[in-house]
Amino acid sequence: MLQKVIYMKKFGKNKLEDIVHGIFLILGLVTIACVLMITIYLVIAGIPAIKEIGLIDFLFGSKWASTAAEPSFGILPFILTSIYGTAGAIIIGVPIGFMTAVFTAKVAPKKIRMAIEEAVSLLAGIPSVVYGLVGMLILVPGIRELFDIPDGASLFAAIIVLAIMILPSIINVSLTALEAVPKEYEEASLALGATEIETYFRVSVPAAKSGIAAAVVLGVGRAIGEAMAVMMVSGNAPNMPNSIFQSVRFLTTAVASEMSYSSGLQRQALFSIALVLFLFIMMINALLNFLMKHEKEA
Amino acid sequence: MRKSIAIIAAAVLAMGALTACGSTAEETTAAATTAAATEAASEETEAAETEAETEAEAELSGAVATDGSTSMESVIGILGESFMQLHPDVTFTYNPTGSGSGITAVQEGRCDIGLSSRALKDEEVESGLKGETVALDGIAMIVNNENPVSDLTLDQIAKIYTGEITNWSEVGGNDEEIVLIGREAGSGTRDGFESITGTEDLCQYRQELTSTGDVITTVSQNPAAIGYASLASVSDQVKTLTVDGVEPTEDTVRDGSYAIQRPFVLVTRDGEALSAQAQAFYDYAMSSEVADLIAQAGAVAIH
Repeated sequence: MLQKVIYMKKFGKNKLEDIVHGIFLILGLVTIACVLMITIYLVIAGIPAIKEIGLIDFLFGSKWASTAAEPSFGILPFILTSIYGTAGAIIIGVPIGFMTAVFTAKVAPKKIRMAIEEAVSLLAGIPSVVYGLVGMLILVPGIRELFDIPDGASLFAAIIVLAIMILPSIINVSLTALEAVPKEYEEASLALGATEIETYFRVSVPAAKSGIAAAVVLGVGRAIGEAMAVMMVSGNAPNMPNSIFQSVRFLTTAVASEMSYSSGLQRQALFSIALVLFLFIMMINALLNFLMKHEKEA
Repeated sequence: MRKSIAIIAAAVLAMGALTACGSTAEETTAAATTAAATEAASEETEAAETEAETEAEAELSGAVATDGSTSMESVIGILGESFMQLHPDVTFTYNPTGSGSGITAVQEGRCDIGLSSRALKDEEVESGLKGETVALDGIAMIVNNENPVSDLTLDQIAKIYTGEITNWSEVGGNDEEIVLIGREAGSGTRDGFESITGTEDLCQYRQELTSTGDVITTVSQNPAAIGYASLASVSDQVKTLTVDGVEPTEDTVRDGSYAIQRPFVLVTRDGEALSAQAQAFYDYAMSSEVADLIAQAGAVAIH
């Protein structure tokens, strides 16, 4: 009898548990299904054009003229532009973001720290189209006058906008990593006679290095995936990025700018560009996961 | 005690589930009945309406298929929408394939009305097609307000866009490098501009922007820029150039004296009757009542 009671109780409880588990499982599966659907769709939609154009011609062709009488679909200019643009944004954005994070986490008085954190979260919340608009109306004419070139819409303008846009992710993630460094490390260093600055750069930063690396990779991901803001400041002509002041087109903007009126092979090729972009992002995510795992183990 | 609670709880749950099913079924039946009743009622109303309308004209139904020019998207879209509002039973379709494909499609009978953003060629007319202009598309050349140049010839414009003329001083302006602003590949305005000036695939754009608004803003920001935009959307933010001495206005486009323009043509098979609904759309598009809609879509109405 007693056994039976326990069994019944267990059964009733388990059933409720099972139902709740089931609901959670379904919700979790929805997310996975979305990712899978997008991946499968991109592969299915992206492969035909690559087949028709030829993988080598597509990836390494240097001329994009999708609506010409004799169309040509080479996306090397877009790939190089995306790589250069992201690299440029990292070169400018990472030192600024990193130093801000060190200052905020270790040096800044409480009031300044609060002001910086407030500003950073505000910066993260600005929609990309606003970055683009400000870039278009202030940065582009500014670059034109400053460097005395005919037009300011260029790779350089895009790099500046991207550098500002990736600041919040770099600052926030580095900040968290720096704060996770055990206090004892720093105290030991100070006790041994190191100055505060020496302690921060020789002890705190090395201890947080995988977190900071993750911040950089996150910045790369954000920069390479940005479309709206760069479309408004980069000029958008499908040139090879031979000069920093040239009008260029990124992988993202190549898809976005021509999608609305595209048809036939042109449209399929745009999906193929999206597939290439997707692969880039996947690689960056894999790198990020690796770094995060590394940090946990360390 | 606990046991009985559990049993009762389970029973309540089960009952709940059963009742839920039951009531849903009942509701469904009820809903179906209501729907059926409403349908019957609306059928009656419709029948009454139809009877009333038959006296004036038979209510149109069926499909109107159009196929062709991508540049005509906004004009044909707005006409199709308002036509479907007038005749709710008609389905209007538009297949944006390009003028050439549209003309072939109507030739082969794959659509009711072909759409072409150029006049029909002689051999196309000889093959038994009839083209009638529904509207005109005027493209204005715009420069920065500070630019002293106010007139260019069509030839100069073509040379500027192909890179033969690269400095404003060559056409009477300041000593500044000309910055060419254009639209993205596939845009109807770009297609129109390039086909009229004969610069297809030759334009050396500095910037390719995705909307007319962006082109106007960019030109208004850069004193050395030149751009093109559909006539209806230019504002005093920028300076509109005269071409061969003719100012672009609705009148100069209509009388043909302004050069950068092209016709939007409805193409049908000559001597073959259209279906009632396609004929009704054709007459509607050619009537003067759609003039406002055409202007709203950025083109110049001619009827």
